[in-house]
Amino acid sequence: MADVNRGNRPLSPHLGIYRRQMTMITSILIRITGVALLASALLVVWWLLAAATSPEYYVFVDSVITSFLGDIVMTLSVLGLWYHLLGGVRHLIWDQAAMLDIETAQKLGWTALIGSVVLTCITVALV
Amino acid sequence: MRFLTDRKRAIGNGSARQGTDHHWSMTVSSYGLLLLVPLFLIAFGPMLGASYEEVTAHFAKPFPAIVTALMIWVGMMHFKNGVRAVIEDYVHGFARELWIIIMVALSYATAATGVFAILKMAL
Repeated sequence: MADVNRGNRPLSPHLGIYRRQMTMITSILIRITGVALLASALLVVWWLLAAATSPEYYVFVDSVITSFLGDIVMTLSVLGLWYHLLGGVRHLIWDQAAMLDIETAQKLGWTALIGSVVLTCITVALV
Repeated sequence: MRFLTDRKRAIGNGSARQGTDHHWSMTVSSYGLLLLVPLFLIAFGPMLGASYEEVTAHFAKPFPAIVTALMIWVGMMHFKNGVRAVIEDYVHGFARELWIIIMVALSYATAATGVFAILKMAL
């Protein structure tokens, strides 16, 4: 019985026909930042491994990560990290069946978008 | 037959008796990371661009070492489980299994490497 009828049933119209909405953009951004943060994690672990290996290797890896391009990547990583965190909080709130109405959901979306930028500025300035 | 739904095929087969574990693991690690992320940024951030001596001395201290090791381990396990949901949504067939295996292996390898590096500096 399994999979006898895959792809042969009429399907309801899916994402393609909908006007882009803020709630769907903020939702997919959580996935995108989550996957992209793998690159950040690999860079951080590479840097730590270099520091645990030798002074010469550390200087090389540190110069890569603190180069102009490295700074851009690390700043975007912090932005992605804060966005993913705030977006995740939104889901933890929704898991409690709270704040699910459209207006509040949209406010939470804007909070995640603006909040992640603010927190990134604070992080870059202070840390 | 043409209008048979996935649900109709599943009825009568009993429950899978699993499925909430994934969601629960994401919830637990989310709450953990909520605390760990700010602590990690404080423990790790200032060390970027510091000298070799400063870095090794920093990660020999308990707070930076424990926080960074926990962040890497819990973060990579959160990634392992989270990326699985992404793969299951967008990749099908054998490629799906292959990608899940690759990501599980990469998650453990990254977590183990990070924790090894911390331990080597801390001990």
